[in-house]
Amino acid sequence: MVKKPLRFLCPNGHLGFAPIKTESFYLGVETKPDFILADSGSDDIGPGPLGSDTSTSPLEWQRHDLEHMLLAARRLGVPMIIGSAGDTGTNSRVDLYVNIIKELADKHNLPKFKIGYFYSEVSKDYLARKMDKGEVIKGLDGRPNLTRADLEKTDRIVAMAGVHPYIKLLDMGADVIIGGRSSDCVIFAAPAIRAGFPEDLAYYLGKVLECASFCAEPYGGKETVIGTITEKEVLVTAMHPQQRCTVASVAGHAMYERSNPYYEYVLGGMLDMSNCRYEQYDEKTCRITGPKFVPSPEWWVKLEGSGKVGERYVGIAGIRDPYTIKNIDKVIEWARAQVRERFGDEGYELHYHVFGRNGVMGELEPVKEIRSHELCVVVQGIAPTKAMAEEVTMIGTRQMFYARLPEVKGTAGGVAFVLDEVLPASPAYMWTMNHIVRLDDPLELFPTYLTEAGK
Amino acid sequence: MPTAKLADLAKTIRSKNAGTDKITFDIIFREKEKYELVKKSGVLTPETICKLYGIERERIADFVEFDPAYAIKFTIYRRRPSGSPGDSDVFGCQQYAPLLDIEVPVE
Repeated sequence: MVKKPLRFLCPNGHLGFAPIKTESFYLGVETKPDFILADSGSDDIGPGPLGSDTSTSPLEWQRHDLEHMLLAARRLGVPMIIGSAGDTGTNSRVDLYVNIIKELADKHNLPKFKIGYFYSEVSKDYLARKMDKGEVIKGLDGRPNLTRADLEKTDRIVAMAGVHPYIKLLDMGADVIIGGRSSDCVIFAAPAIRAGFPEDLAYYLGKVLECASFCAEPYGGKETVIGTITEKEVLVTAMHPQQRCTVASVAGHAMYERSNPYYEYVLGGMLDMSNCRYEQYDEKTCRITGPKFVPSPEWWVKLEGSGKVGERYVGIAGIRDPYTIKNIDKVIEWARAQVRERFGDEGYELHYHVFGRNGVMGELEPVKEIRSHELCVVVQGIAPTKAMAEEVTMIGTRQMFYARLPEVKGTAGGVAFVLDEVLPASPAYMWTMNHIVRLDDPLELFPTYLTEAGK
Repeated sequence: MPTAKLADLAKTIRSKNAGTDKITFDIIFREKEKYELVKKSGVLTPETICKLYGIERERIADFVEFDPAYAIKFTIYRRRPSGSPGDSDVFGCQQYAPLLDIEVPVE
């Protein structure tokens, strides 16, 4: 018997980062999809949110999206699934989202329903024990294998879940699922696989839907798309009245944010897209056939880790004098020397971003000469304490004012200050881990729970 | 030989993080002819990219001519992970600019 196609509505590629556009969302809801799903996580936002266990998005934006999705899902009586809750998928972000769902259920007097959730944080002890047993924690993307020193520098670690905890929670009867850190595509693949569709197509469905309208044209974020899976194809349809999913927009999206357009690795295998075929199905829909999922013989899971480098302040200085601009490196060297005189060579970091020269691209900038009539220098000072970070940054910024250039005409001050102070910034963090570790069981790091909401 | 700028031939030229340690660049064409023209011209190869960005060959993680999307894509290793102190482009999304002005020979 031919299986009934399933339709998946995705309104947002990074829930919370900017609110969903509701017009296309409700156009999609009116078509009665079988699932409403969104990914909420990203490592694009840098290591700060994971390290400090915070979200990068305002709570109100997150609540906004969850409210629209929850009410629509409960009204239709279909599962709602969120992956990588609250940007990072840490345990605190999962709890936050579960609580928001409960509050929304009370606010709207929703009939009782089940919330399933799972965690994805990994303890340093767990990895240390693995290392003690001689297991290698392999580095990705050119990183060396994990060392004790990397582990020491780490404050918080999450592992990227596969489809397994989602399938388990659906089996447990969850109406709403709040996931810890997960590979984006598995949020969508899990319910499709559970319903018996081929893994080849299910993972591709997730791959194409994870960023919502980024796979449509013309460009416009935060609009709803609907993916349909059948036993032989995936269809993806734009819901915004002006957007279309075309061969170009969908095939182009396969490349987005990835090193190579052909392969996507998840816990349990790899999606091979090298033989994908793209066809225009109707005005707003692209049809995709030919993806292949290759299961892996072992369970290897990806880890993300972040560690605090120090407290941070930021200073800003402007320069207009053409002679000073020409000698900007000498000005910076003078200021650095003053910091060295006070604090020595080590135990802090001092970074200069010279906007108007190579502030955006740094060493990758091919334009070597300065072409601007003015420069803005952003100074970042990082140190173990706030007091020291403030002083490092203050010396590094203030002393640009006093830089000793032999031919300078203006001797009353070498740089212009918008503010004669340095500003406290978020602490500095570093990605300490982009590694993989072997598991005995794909659920090993992802404990699942069920709770209730509504009346 | 007459030339055209890559920016005038391509539909999209962008850069973006690919994970925490890499930045990936996409050059996407609307028409197959323009894609083939650029592909055959030799202006975009691992070697020309190394020269443009002043990097060693080892910094290029991937270089792919992606026919289904009429796109040329390459990925470079970051010198430090995204968002580290001293990084000036947390999303890696403003590193494509030097590609815009590449001169492509046209018949």
